[in-house]
Amino acid sequence: MAAAFATVESASTFDAFLELEQTKDLLRFTTAGSVDDGKSTLIGRLLYDSRNVYEDQIESVTKASAGRNVGAIDFSLLTDGLRAEREQGITIDVAHRYFSTPKRKFIIADTPGHEQYTRNMVTGASTADLALVLVDARKGLLPQSRRHAYIAALLGLPYVVVAVNKMDLVSYDRQVFEAIEQNFRRFLAGFRSIEPFFIPISALQGDNVVSHSSNTPWYLGPTLLEYLEEVPVSNRAHQAPFRFFVQRVVRPDLDFRGYAGTIAAGSVSLGDAITVFPSRRQSIVSGITTFDGPLDRAAAGQAVTLTLADDLDITRGNVLTASGDDAPQIASSFEATLVWLNELPAELGRRYHIKHGTRQEWAELASIEYKINVNTLEQEPAHSLEMNAIGFARIEAARPLAFDSYNGNRTTGSFILIDPVTNATVAAGLMSGAAHGDSKPRAAHVTWQVRDGSLIISRDNSGEPVTEEQLEAITNLLSKLRIEKWF
Amino acid sequence: MNRLIHLRQLEAESIHIFREVAAECQRPVLLYSIGKDSSVLLRLAQKAFYPGKIPFPLLHIDTGYKFREMIDFRDRYTAELGLRLIVHTNRGALKDGANPFAWGTQRCCGALKTTALLDGLRQGGFDAAIGGARRDEERSRAKERVFSFRNERGQWDPRNQRPELWNLFNTHIHNGQSLRVFPLSNWTELDIWQYIHAENIPIVPLYFAKPRPMLVRGETLLPVEQPFVPRLPGEQIQMVKCRMRSLGCSPCTGAIRSDADTVPKIIEELALMRRSERQNRVIDHDQDGSMEVKKQEGYF
Repeated sequence: MAAAFATVESASTFDAFLELEQTKDLLRFTTAGSVDDGKSTLIGRLLYDSRNVYEDQIESVTKASAGRNVGAIDFSLLTDGLRAEREQGITIDVAHRYFSTPKRKFIIADTPGHEQYTRNMVTGASTADLALVLVDARKGLLPQSRRHAYIAALLGLPYVVVAVNKMDLVSYDRQVFEAIEQNFRRFLAGFRSIEPFFIPISALQGDNVVSHSSNTPWYLGPTLLEYLEEVPVSNRAHQAPFRFFVQRVVRPDLDFRGYAGTIAAGSVSLGDAITVFPSRRQSIVSGITTFDGPLDRAAAGQAVTLTLADDLDITRGNVLTASGDDAPQIASSFEATLVWLNELPAELGRRYHIKHGTRQEWAELASIEYKINVNTLEQEPAHSLEMNAIGFARIEAARPLAFDSYNGNRTTGSFILIDPVTNATVAAGLMSGAAHGDSKPRAAHVTWQVRDGSLIISRDNSGEPVTEEQLEAITNLLSKLRIEKWF
Repeated sequence: MNRLIHLRQLEAESIHIFREVAAECQRPVLLYSIGKDSSVLLRLAQKAFYPGKIPFPLLHIDTGYKFREMIDFRDRYTAELGLRLIVHTNRGALKDGANPFAWGTQRCCGALKTTALLDGLRQGGFDAAIGGARRDEERSRAKERVFSFRNERGQWDPRNQRPELWNLFNTHIHNGQSLRVFPLSNWTELDIWQYIHAENIPIVPLYFAKPRPMLVRGETLLPVEQPFVPRLPGEQIQMVKCRMRSLGCSPCTGAIRSDADTVPKIIEELALMRRSERQNRVIDHDQDGSMEVKKQEGYF
């Protein structure tokens, strides 16, 4: 892509360039901002100044800009995607942008910042390593900047870079910048997980976006792009205990039985002892199979197929973990922060599909403890959650789930709720822990239905017959109820 | 252990998407367009299901106007990989004389691509169509989901798409509705070429520069495989060293002048290129935002 100019020109040979390209890592970041704070302009500027925009794209937006009241190139038009938005001049959804520099590849999840778009900010932050928060130097810390920082903290992003924009409109005044920094630091002190960084910029003029500005001689730190290129990408998932959601059981022939999936956390090596949840059966990793050959070891993020020394009953949705490691929590009743994403509000007692990793179950919204005012961060009583609301709730799944707290593991600690009628994704969930009093063992997971006048009893909703043990329990139960003829 | 470098990270994420489709959808199909992105898709699918086979067929919407070299490559490569290939063509429209010059680009695309695709999917009873579209291709694609919901008429509603969080994809649909799935969503054109290079993935020879017969019309190099491509007075066919940057129907795909006859040379050329990929496609010049209009009608 166009960004690679600098690399090609500086690399001594093209082979060196290719080699360099193959070693770049990837940084995902999220931006949020509203119509006037210049976010689209900033992204457009970042792409343009790092030479990630093609000539014909510039021509097409220069043509379009002529009809609007903006300077030579309207950078915001480079990123505003859909036609409806272009007409209204607003961004309404999560848009993805890609650019690269000689040091790194970047994916931007670009979202609107208004309160009613909290769900989009959460969506964008869910896959991000870093949040870029924009502050208008003239206006200081507004609710939407706070909201964005709060969501970044909630979603577990370790870095927040605060770009204090429109410095040109406050005469590049150092005191304005420092007052905003102080103010924001006080607010962020509540989120100990977050490491903030502050940069004075002007997206429109290009100050400190890609090149250092002579207008801010008092600012000695990196430009925004330099910061993005250098910030260490989190490898928290690598240090966490081994977690693996079984995605598919692979049985190409009778000799091979493997479990395909992406490693959610930690690493796994040949010979490792593993435990399967929820069955708690144990085995040894006998193979790590990939198209490119067998591996001795694989780590978080890799998509592999594991084989085990024992023939266990393992299906999609099971979780493999390292034996003896910190075991995941097992509970069907658990507490979670819910972000409500749908026009139809959350309904207590209503059943939803829950998708947790590769596992799907029915789940009921058992209670809502409170909701969070995203502007004041205060807890408020709530009986329901409207779209864009963030609340703390208790969920009852039909069967126990093996999970970690979201703070400990982004993959095994997150879920979505799906409305069974509309099929819409209605909520995003960040798990805290098992609800109190959930330690009681659940019943034998037997389901029954009446079909053609007969009662059909099966195991685990799977259509498979019940086990001997379950059959015995049912017989006992029915005999207590004095139902004798029940076959 | 460091994080995966970007190509391996993109690869693993695409494999995860393929496996989710296979696990949760009833009748998936891979929309195979023969281009470089399709070649990458096939390699990722092989990786996703290894040591098993790719558990769904390939569907090629053949407009009848694809380059001969594309069809040769398609038949040879899919046979070599042992894949089941379904080819669907809107024969009725072809019989009625559909071609981009007689019908205009938009109407021709509507009949030979959009209608053919929707018919092909319906005939096969497919509920999930996996395609090679990337978000970096075009502005309206930047907001496309990985699992993109289509209504009963196969149409896309940009205001009614499901939020996608983490790697949790919602595949729930009602009867008659369908999903389009894009495992290459987060890949850029340069990523695709680097991956082809790193993995030594076979691609159609049209991507490599060599002297080819072309109608030279201003800046545009127009291939002349079809007899109906009209010539302006005095226009001659010339041999021009050129290559295709993206592949489509021969009458609507402009070539670019190039000396790049290897993958590294293509990457080098791309790195210095100042014009976007779709710019050489005649079809996107109809009107501003034309891709978005096509998508709402059901185009891929």
